Amino acid sequence: MSENGKPKFGMYWASSCGGCEISVLNIGEHILTVDEIFDVVFWPVAADFKYKDVRGYPDGYIDLCLFNGAIRNSENEEMAHLLRQKSKVLVAFGSCAYEGCIPALANFTSKEAILQTVFLDSPSVDNPDRVLPQPVTAVPEGEIRIPEMYETVKSLDQVVDVDYIIPGCPPEPHQIWAVLQVVVAALTEGAELPPKGSIVGAQETAVCEECIYPKSEKKIFRFYRPYEKVPEPGVCLLEQGIVCMGPATRGGCGALCPQVGMGCRGCYGPLGEVKDQGARMLSAMASVIGVGEPEMDERMLEREFETVMDTLADPAGTFYRFSMSHSLLRRAKVNGNGHAEPEPAEAGTTNVEMAN
Amino acid sequence: MMNNENFEPVIIGFTCNWCSYRAADLAGTARVKYPPNVRLIRLMCSGRMDPTFVLQAFAGGADGVLITGCHPGECHYLEQNLKALRRTMLLKRTVAQFGIEPERVRLVWASAAEGVHLAHMITDMVEEIRALGPLNWPQVAALNGNSHVPVLKKAATVSEEKVEVAA
Amino acid sequence: MMPQERIGVYICHCGSNIAGTVDVEELSSWAGEALRHRGVVVARDYKFMCSSLGQDLIAKDIKEDKLTRVVVAACSPHLHEATFRKACADAGLNPYLCELVSIREQVSWVHTDKVAATAKAKAVISGGVERVIHHEPLEPMSVPINPATLVVGGGIAGIQAAMEIADSGFHVYLVEREPSIGGHMAQFDKTFPTLDCAACILTPKMVSIGSHPHVTLLTYSEVEQVDGYVGNFSVRVRKKASYVNHDVCTGCSICEEKCPKKVVDSVFEAGLGYRKAIYRPFPQAVPKYPVIDAENCIYFDTGKCKACEIHCEAGAIDFEQEDQIIELNVGNIILATGYDLFDARRETQYGYGRLANVFTSLEFERLTNAAGPTNGEIVLRDGETKPKAVGIIHCVGSRDRKFNNYCSVICCMQSLKFAHLVKERTGAEVYNFYIDMRTAYKEYDEFYQRVLSEGVHFIRGRVAEVTDVSNTPEEEERLVIQTEDTRMGKQRRIPVDMVILSAALEPRHDSDEIAHMFGISCSVNGWFIEKHPKLDPVATMTEGIFIAGCAQGPKDIPSTVTQGAAAAARVLGRIQQKELALEPIRAEVTEALCSGCRICNNLCPYHAITFDEAKEVSVINAALCQGCGTCVAACPSNAISGTQFSNEQVMAQLEGLLMLNMAEPVLA
Repeated sequence: MSENGKPKFGMYWASSCGGCEISVLNIGEHILTVDEIFDVVFWPVAADFKYKDVRGYPDGYIDLCLFNGAIRNSENEEMAHLLRQKSKVLVAFGSCAYEGCIPALANFTSKEAILQTVFLDSPSVDNPDRVLPQPVTAVPEGEIRIPEMYETVKSLDQVVDVDYIIPGCPPEPHQIWAVLQVVVAALTEGAELPPKGSIVGAQETAVCEECIYPKSEKKIFRFYRPYEKVPEPGVCLLEQGIVCMGPATRGGCGALCPQVGMGCRGCYGPLGEVKDQGARMLSAMASVIGVGEPEMDERMLEREFETVMDTLADPAGTFYRFSMSHSLLRRAKVNGNGHAEPEPAEAGTTNVEMAN
Repeated sequence: MMNNENFEPVIIGFTCNWCSYRAADLAGTARVKYPPNVRLIRLMCSGRMDPTFVLQAFAGGADGVLITGCHPGECHYLEQNLKALRRTMLLKRTVAQFGIEPERVRLVWASAAEGVHLAHMITDMVEEIRALGPLNWPQVAALNGNSHVPVLKKAATVSEEKVEVAA
Repeated sequence: MMPQERIGVYICHCGSNIAGTVDVEELSSWAGEALRHRGVVVARDYKFMCSSLGQDLIAKDIKEDKLTRVVVAACSPHLHEATFRKACADAGLNPYLCELVSIREQVSWVHTDKVAATAKAKAVISGGVERVIHHEPLEPMSVPINPATLVVGGGIAGIQAAMEIADSGFHVYLVEREPSIGGHMAQFDKTFPTLDCAACILTPKMVSIGSHPHVTLLTYSEVEQVDGYVGNFSVRVRKKASYVNHDVCTGCSICEEKCPKKVVDSVFEAGLGYRKAIYRPFPQAVPKYPVIDAENCIYFDTGKCKACEIHCEAGAIDFEQEDQIIELNVGNIILATGYDLFDARRETQYGYGRLANVFTSLEFERLTNAAGPTNGEIVLRDGETKPKAVGIIHCVGSRDRKFNNYCSVICCMQSLKFAHLVKERTGAEVYNFYIDMRTAYKEYDEFYQRVLSEGVHFIRGRVAEVTDVSNTPEEEERLVIQTEDTRMGKQRRIPVDMVILSAALEPRHDSDEIAHMFGISCSVNGWFIEKHPKLDPVATMTEGIFIAGCAQGPKDIPSTVTQGAAAAARVLGRIQQKELALEPIRAEVTEALCSGCRICNNLCPYHAITFDEAKEVSVINAALCQGCGTCVAACPSNAISGTQFSNEQVMAQLEGLLMLNMAEPVLA
């Protein structure tokens, strides 16, 4: 336990890629200011504190704890509860902790299918004894336990109470530094913090507001996957048919991706009161499909629309790439093979049974 | 395999104020009977139909969603039902990827005079959903269900070295 | 934590309409108990909530229990939403804080299982309660009404409407596509059941309109664009170049006489007669000025002739004249665009267009008209031979699944009229081939009886074909009508000299475009859709646009005149009020949340959404917005909110319907 009275800082990575940690380091020289003001008391990537150290801290000891990563297994959840107990301010840092992010795409399949692929079916795996990880293994010395993998990936706020959210995959360094400054001002000058539950380090409007391209009326005749088209410079990507989640995504990142011709992927999550980011994008995209005249008969209209929609590959994955845990459906219903389909028929049977 | 005979589906139906809601009213005035499994929400136009409503319906436990509106060419607000059509088509593709049978979302056009037709479509859909079985999405998406890794194969073999058990 | 609302729930028995199938007492005690934690402070059931006693119950509770929200579970909102809203308003509660949910049309009248019906009614009430919590007090928007009116279509419907409004002292712009007003009625000879001469009763009205100080007559003109909203429409009209200067033309007709180019008149004469390239459609045309049909004019084609200019003493011919664009501002619009006749060539077995002496109804009107191409003589196409036998076929293109499923209303009376005229003028044998005899209105059936007594033959059956192929000597050189005679139970072949087809009335072939331009809709059959087929046949769903006459559906002259007058009365009522309160259901962009993505911009058919280039946000014009909610559903950042059908309200109703608000969620 530190004796010098500096505010305490913690950062933890649950089910994540490590990019959030790097992004914090990307605040550059400001990291020195952070070190000056805060006492780091737990930060697995940077210092050698153990879980038992954290358990030993008094409740509320950590003034600011940045928790990144989704809740994939029991260890992640345990640490979430532990850090909630030991922190004054717990921040869901980055898209994984906020809304599931890429790890939550696993919610399109099942735990069993994942383990099967990773440990058994992958072409580069050599596992002749078909060994799979077990939560408990008996050995002569006793029992070895490893964390239990959950069926569904959760966001941080689905297991503990969260004080603030900094969205992004990762949150942009300039935004991280902006938030840290607010926290520092609160700690040192008694400035007010935003209301509990706020999303900080981001804007209240969509990415489009920051984007450099001029906007016109939208009429899409087909969609393009990134490899299918070289974007025309100076023109809104969506207007060219390149799927850009910008309109449905919270801004604050500086619209970096569209600037280099890459459609926004949606990593800062939805705006305002939006319950389901994917549904908003779905509705917007379907609304601006430009084919089909009202005078056409219904079958003709459907055919025209189908032709356009056929060019939009993987709508669910595209619209929910980052927000799966926070979506209304939250996960897919899958069969025994981990697919969102009825069970494949067994050889010789004529009836296909519906998945439970 | 579910026993579907005792299963009473719950279907949420979106109607538009000018055509399909009036069709539902007409079915009532004409005393046409249909099963009580559909619960209607009135919108001004099928164009108001937000995919979020459909997803919320499923997440809340509905087994099916019926979207109704004026026939193409007859929309009271000129062509907004076409937006509803496009949204429904894209929505069906998306929910299929979530493992929800696209038949659970059905789009029916009904003019104000088509009370009988609407009643037939409702009856039809109730039976179709009954055959598909309950969706039970609250159970699918429950956060507290943490099943163990299935004990499928042999346990891992371990060396004789001592292993530190993590604290 | 939001302060909880105080909600009153009222369940109507509607006599036994609801109470017979739904356990209304159980509903009311359930609502009081199970929904108490949601804010329900009082729940009652009563025999007839819409009665004054029922409404008093609500009013009393609002005052004494300080209710902030009211839910009535009764009949359809289309019937009594306004009633209960007014009851609340009178008791001091904003009317939009009252929600009416239907447990009659949607529950008690359509389900038989009492248990299931009562359970569903609980879900419906629950949905209403959850929804009403999120209602906001709203005020209707007032728009001023421009006292000028546009009437589109100068037939009898348009003329009647224009006259009534103009006679009341308000200005009317009457736009007519043809060179003269009068419409189809001007083509007729006699009108049933009185056998008045059509021209005699029509022309005084036409003259009156033509000289009315409050009417601006824009003939040979068409509406090109309509913008705006009720009380404030901007209309662009194209007045086609007639190449005749109205300021100096005296209407002497020398130009018509001297014009060397004859053209088949396919409009007024229904193709039976000729007109000139410079012409008035008929002698009593209003206005009296002729027009030059540039497509058929020798001068416009070759640069030669100019006979009209040479002979015109007033110097009224002006070949340099151009189309004129006229911008009008009006408060209300009446569409009285009439009908087109079914193209009888489509019924190929009746031989129209192939067999010379098969005529359509309009052609026959021109034959019988004293001012027509045969001076009123009923003769065959050779122009001389009088027919000895005439067959009149009802329902050509009507009541026919191949063409139009509906009845054209006037054909039976028209066919009887034709039968009478043929008998009177030629003494020929007359056969009417009908399916049913539809002679329902005042003096109509008496007319039928009269024609019966005149010795006309009536054969009930669908005519199979009209042919010139003869099977017997009597049939040679004649037309033969082959039909089933359902009364005799036989097939019959009737030789005649002339066949008249009572062709269906169809919507104008461009009715879809017209509807689109004015912001109204057409039914599947193509007629303009009225606001309510029984209770509001001249209004449309678009405020400020009215319809009258055959444009709304086939009808006879008395009904047409009535509708023209009715539409005029509605417009006059609006003009008198000087302003109109619009339902406050509309969308609004929250500027602070709008990123300027412009996805909403082209979703509005009323052009209510524009883009503010300076602020880089989208903006909705509240007066143009019709409240459909499409933009609300499309906005990817939820920056657009809709009153009365907001996301919160709909989602809340959804949760209530699924009974998720119960302490223990209950499904089905």
